[in-house]
Amino acid sequence: MGYTLNFAAVWRSFDQLLEGLLLSLGLAFVSIAIGAALGLLVAFALTSKSGWVQRPAALYVTIIRNLPILVLVLFAFFALPQLGVRLGKIQSFIGVLSIYSGAYLAEVFRAGLLSIQKGLTEAGLAIGLTPTQIRVSIITPLMLRNVLPSLSSTIISLFKDTSLAAAIAVPELTFEARKINVESFRVIETWLVASGLYVATCSVLAALMRVVERRLAVPR
Amino acid sequence: MPMASISPFLDQLWIARFVILKGLGATVSISLLAIIVGSLLGVLVGLALVYGNRILRLIVRAYTDFIRGTPVLVLVLASYYVLSTVGIELGPFQAGVLALAVFCSSHVGEIVRGGLQAIPVGQTEAAKAIGLTFGQTFAYVLWPQALRQFLPAWVNTAAEMVKASTLLSVIGVAELLLRTQEIISRNFMSLQFYFFAGLLYFVINYGIERFGKYVERKTAVPS
Repeated sequence: MGYTLNFAAVWRSFDQLLEGLLLSLGLAFVSIAIGAALGLLVAFALTSKSGWVQRPAALYVTIIRNLPILVLVLFAFFALPQLGVRLGKIQSFIGVLSIYSGAYLAEVFRAGLLSIQKGLTEAGLAIGLTPTQIRVSIITPLMLRNVLPSLSSTIISLFKDTSLAAAIAVPELTFEARKINVESFRVIETWLVASGLYVATCSVLAALMRVVERRLAVPR
Repeated sequence: MPMASISPFLDQLWIARFVILKGLGATVSISLLAIIVGSLLGVLVGLALVYGNRILRLIVRAYTDFIRGTPVLVLVLASYYVLSTVGIELGPFQAGVLALAVFCSSHVGEIVRGGLQAIPVGQTEAAKAIGLTFGQTFAYVLWPQALRQFLPAWVNTAAEMVKASTLLSVIGVAELLLRTQEIISRNFMSLQFYFFAGLLYFVINYGIERFGKYVERKTAVPS
């Protein structure tokens, strides 16, 4: 093969990679936070008895989950301006990832909501809470505890999706890695380090979620 | 969209029909190849994770964790650029399919592992008690039950692969998304043609999703 690994060029630009990683994490954090709020509302809509509430929510989840996220990213950035919606690349990507996260998290939350016994709602009503109060103070916290394991894998998968922002030149980790790759020609080294950073971040995220899971575990 | 813009879009769609069909064909062949190669590899990964000795398990675990921790786009880019650097001359198509197959193998591996581990130990013990060899136990007792467990998840993975095939556009593989971008660069109808591409992807994936639900019903253990 005659290829000797030389990481010097990658270490010289390591700051760039770290800045990219920071931006990836920022994109993920903001989008997942918005997506979680959206997903929670949609999950309540999905479990609603009224068809007028349930059907639009189900339509949203079905459409988004069956579209490739890259098509959504390109659509938002290149096609929406034709409708007069002009967003910066970061805003446009956050918008897309939020809507995308919303659909996936809604499914996670819906499964959680279905696992909660009806007696809790009845008990809440009996002590005079309104349905909204019951959702906010009883059902949502319990549901979140129950779904933590699948929530964790969804969050990690959504974090990895931030790499698609590179397609519209958002300077996150994948984009920075590509840039270093082109400038230095240290192809193997660049991709090894970039993947390493992703893998490490995912492991840290998984470990953090496991700690939260253990702390919040319903005592038996 | 104002009504006036529908007719020029249909004209452009007619002009681009063969380009779109070619892209669709590429998307389908990329996905099929990735699923077939990835599943074969994935079954091996799953078997190694369950039945391998300590060293093999460690190596395969590291492989799946590494692949699952890396975004698919990074796998695609790395596969394309790294392989040519080390002297393996693969075109973007082959490199891209390889990356997707590797990605698929890590998912299928975990699905197979989960399916096999969900079977109670008593089943293996019972098989041993009636004198079956390990091979027979696996073929007649474990595998059929695991298959039933993982078919629905496997169909989902197929839909994932169709979605992931769009990433090959980034390394210049002329699948549906790149063909769509080419068409848009000629007629500037980004709204209409991205929408149309989205519609095609939706139809394919929704079909796979329905098929998955059907398989789930068919393979469910009657209760």
